[in-house]
Order: sequence, then C-alpha cells, then structure tokens
Amino acid sequence: MSRFQKILRGVVLFIGAVAFLFPFYYMIIGSLQTAPDPTIAGAFPNPANITGENYTAINDRINLFQGLLNSGIFTGGVLLGTLVFGVLVGYALAVLQWRGRGVTFALALLVQVVPFQLLMVPLYVLIARDYGLSDNYLGMILPFAINSTAVIIFRQYFLQLPKELFEAARIDGAGEFAVLRRIALPLVRPALITVVLLTFIGPWNEFLWPFLITKEAGLQPLAVSLANYISNVAATAANPFGATLAGAAVLAGPVVVLFIVFQRYFISTDIGSGVKG
Amino acid sequence: MTTLIENPPRPVSRTRRILGRNPLGLLFSAPYLVFVIAVFAYPLIYSVWISFHDFFFTAPGFEADRPFVGLTNYLTAFQDPAVIRSFGNVGIFLLINVPLTVVLSLLLASGLNRIVHFRTFLRVAYYVPYVTASVAVVAIWLFLFNGDGLVNTVLGPLAPDPSWLINSTWAMPTIAFFVTWKQLGFYILLYLAALQGIPKELYESASTDGAGPIRSFFSVTVPGVRPATVLVLLVSTVTGANLFTEPYLLTGGGGPDGASASPVLIMYQKGLQQGQPDVAAAIGVVLVILVLVIALLQNRFAGGRD
Repeated sequence: MSRFQKILRGVVLFIGAVAFLFPFYYMIIGSLQTAPDPTIAGAFPNPANITGENYTAINDRINLFQGLLNSGIFTGGVLLGTLVFGVLVGYALAVLQWRGRGVTFALALLVQVVPFQLLMVPLYVLIARDYGLSDNYLGMILPFAINSTAVIIFRQYFLQLPKELFEAARIDGAGEFAVLRRIALPLVRPALITVVLLTFIGPWNEFLWPFLITKEAGLQPLAVSLANYISNVAATAANPFGATLAGAAVLAGPVVVLFIVFQRYFISTDIGSGVKG
Repeated sequence: MTTLIENPPRPVSRTRRILGRNPLGLLFSAPYLVFVIAVFAYPLIYSVWISFHDFFFTAPGFEADRPFVGLTNYLTAFQDPAVIRSFGNVGIFLLINVPLTVVLSLLLASGLNRIVHFRTFLRVAYYVPYVTASVAVVAIWLFLFNGDGLVNTVLGPLAPDPSWLINSTWAMPTIAFFVTWKQLGFYILLYLAALQGIPKELYESASTDGAGPIRSFFSVTVPGVRPATVLVLLVSTVTGANLFTEPYLLTGGGGPDGASASPVLIMYQKGLQQGQPDVAAAIGVVLVILVLVIALLQNRFAGGRD
C-alpha cells in the first residue's frame, strides 16, 4: 500500500470518527444553551449563550438523582446476578464434566438470538399480572438477571486456564467450590471487568422493558423518565431541546465515562468470542 | 496421561453414571437453567399459546376462561392495514440498515485493524454511540433533524419538506440511518475480532501474486471474515426486526400517519395499550417466523458451503 493510500485511509477514518463523535459534542453544547441555536455558529461555544439552567429545568421535572439511583439499582441487580450465577455456569461449562453440558452451552448461544420483543407479551402477563411484580425492582431485573454473553465469555476464559492447576488443588483436597473461588476466579479478573462493562450497558440503556413494567415515576430508571419527558412534557417547556439534551447528557455520562476509562478491557477478541461461542 | 491422575480406578457410582463425572456442574448451572426456562423457554411457548386463544388481562389470581380460537387472532391482526404497513416499514428499514451495516462495519474495521496512530482514539470514537442509551441519542437526533435543526440549516434549500422525521417518505430511511450509526460500533468490534483470525501470510502471498489493496480486500479479507458476516447479518436482522424505541420517540409513535410504525410498536399499542395481548402475540409469532426465514436465506447465500 502506497504512502498516499495510507494517508487517505487515515483521513477517511478520522472524518468517520468525527461524524460519530459530533452528535455527542453537540449534545453538550445544546444542553448549555440559553436559547437553542440551530445555526452553524450555534455548534461552537458562545459565552453569551451559556447557562446551566437546562439541568435545573430537567431536574425539576424528572428528579435526575432518583432516576440515576433507579437505573443504578436495576443495573446493579443485573450485574450481581450475572457475576454470581454467570461465573458458576461458565466454570461448570469449561471445567466440569457433567451430563447436559452440551445442551446448556447450546442454550446460552441460542438465547442470544431470541428476540426479546417476542417475549414482551408473555413476560408482561407473567411478571406484571401473575406475579404482581410491576413497579418493583425485582420485576425490572428478572428478565435480564443473567447475561448469556457473559456466560460464554466466562467459559472462554476458564477454558484458557491450564487444567493442571485445578488437578493440583483437588489432590490437595480442595472442594470444587473452593477451587473456583481461590484458584480460578483470581486468574480471570480481566474477564470480570469485560463482563461488567458489557453487562452494564444492557440494563442501563434498556428502555422497553422498564417502560412497560413501571408506571410509578419514582421507580423509573432515567432512560424511561427521560423518554416520558420527550414524548409528553417537552412540548410545554421553555427550552425543550436544552432540557432534553441536559437529561440525555446525564443519562449518557456514566456509561461513556466508564467505557473510556476501561476501554482496554472492551477488547474485540473477548466479546467476539462471546457472541460467536 | 493426566487421566491416570484424575481417574483412579474405582467403581463408578450410579449418580456419576447418570449425571456425568462432576454432577456438581449441574448444581452450578441450575440457577442459569432455571432462569433460561423461566424467562425464555416458557414465555416463548406461552406466547404461541396466547396467540391461539382468546386472551385478555385479568386481575392477579383470577382464573378466566380462555377458549381456543384457532387462527382468529392472526386474521384480526392481518386484516388491519396498520399491521401490514408496519411489516412493510420494517422491510424498508432492513433493506437499508442491513446492507449498509455489513459494508460500513467491514470497511471501517479493516481500516481500523491496520492503522497504527490514534488507534485507541479512533476505536473509542466508533464505539461510543453503541454504548450510549438509545433514549439519549434520540434526544440529540431530534435536535439535529427537526424542521429548523442544524442539519436543515446546513442543507438549506436541499432539506426535504416536510422535514425528515415528519416526512412520510423520509421518516423510515432516517430511522434506518440513525440505527445504523448507533449500532455500527458493535459490528466493527465483531469484524475486528474476525480480522485477527486471517493469517498475515495470505496477504503477503496475495501481494506477491500482484494483487493490489482492493483485490486483496475482495479475495482475502471478504472470504476470511465470512463467518463474522453471517453473524452480523443475523444479529442486525434480529435487532432491526425488534425496532421499537426509535419510532416510539423519534416520530412520536410511528408517525407521520403510520409511515414509521414498526411491528413491535404495533404489538405494544395493541397488546398493552388496547388490551389485546392475543392479537399482539400473533403479530409477534409471525414476525419471528419471518425473521427465521430471512436468517435461513442469509445463511444459505452468505454462509457458503463450509
């Protein structure tokens, strides 16, 4: 490849990256504008048109702190379920020999292509009507409780550990659970971070399910309350775009920061193997 | 060799014969298996059952009579022009979104795979929309694409009238472009993983045979990532068929006049807002069957014979 072609490739990738990042930059700019300025000049910070008022305006309507807390509980519950039970299955699939292992692995792959929306009606009937878990954190968490991609990633990592390690511990009389906790788990710490990142973005960003299951505003995750604001209230606000963008910035902030800080754990090979099996 | 150590000759107990060498594996997996049955397997079957019965919401604990009604729910659903239209809409969506996703993510991934400088910055830039909540990015797009938003200001007289999201021709394509942009980072990630698996020697020998970069892209890269392409096709089709948040928020519930309504949006409106879960379940079953057919066709034509 010639030097010219290499430079051209770099330039194209850079222009693409700008197209991907610009909307986020524009979100911050828009959330700080006193009056929305859709002109080209409005895409640059203008000291005469900067205010923090949009953040207070959105906070008056949808209590950002409560929204963040609800999103946090929803996400935390899913993370807990995935880390505890996902590690157990991942270990059983990679290390132990038991009947049903192949079927369980196939299920974990299959589950990832089942469209959640097909399950929308029956899950709503079961969880909201039969179990009475609407407006309840447990009802929110239940359908996402164990992330199947995480199960596959754990399996992949445990498979890479040398078998001799486990054998040695077993000969020393360690039970299977102790082998998992004291030997296997400390060795797959990077997998834990990858899984936390990957699992985090699911429930934190999820809209449809918590939207169906929570009617009480005090229990809604931020994505749901912001969406309700966009579809119902925004029309009556003084600066609807500013307030909506301020809410969007608060919703996007934690994930984007978390992702940038830990981006080196978001490695293509791990997640690729997780999806492909 | 190691089998000697881990398998000292001793009588195999009966539980071990039935459950395998480490019955503990089943115990470790039990919570996950219960989860899969409760949240995926049972609801899946229940969904099909609902679609063949006269089903309505009742108070918890109240046992209602739910007679078998055959294909009535399916007929009710597909005699409604709004339902037919939503399937057409998602068809338009998939025709734009899926090919665009495959082409762009493969091109960008093969570019990113070879770049040396600013590698981290560039990758992070492409992943950021994927990790961000749809609801948050929808807010930005509403600001960018509204009647006198920045996009129309830049385009000036070239801007469509009425504007993008309230224009019945442009609403669905705009949503398709939006979702492509939003999800692209994930597919780039899949292709980057696949590209690691192509041996460098293949590129070297292609180059000694006189193949330029374009030729080696088509004869080495494209066949080399074929399993990933099959996966990208499948995942983007399934994701596209599940379209809900974008038409719900970007076009105020599938507007203008149903031009951007998706089947899942109609399922929500019919099933949960209008109290016809049986009709919604029937739409869901048809949607999944169509997705399966598309996936099989894709596998047939893109999967090759390996």
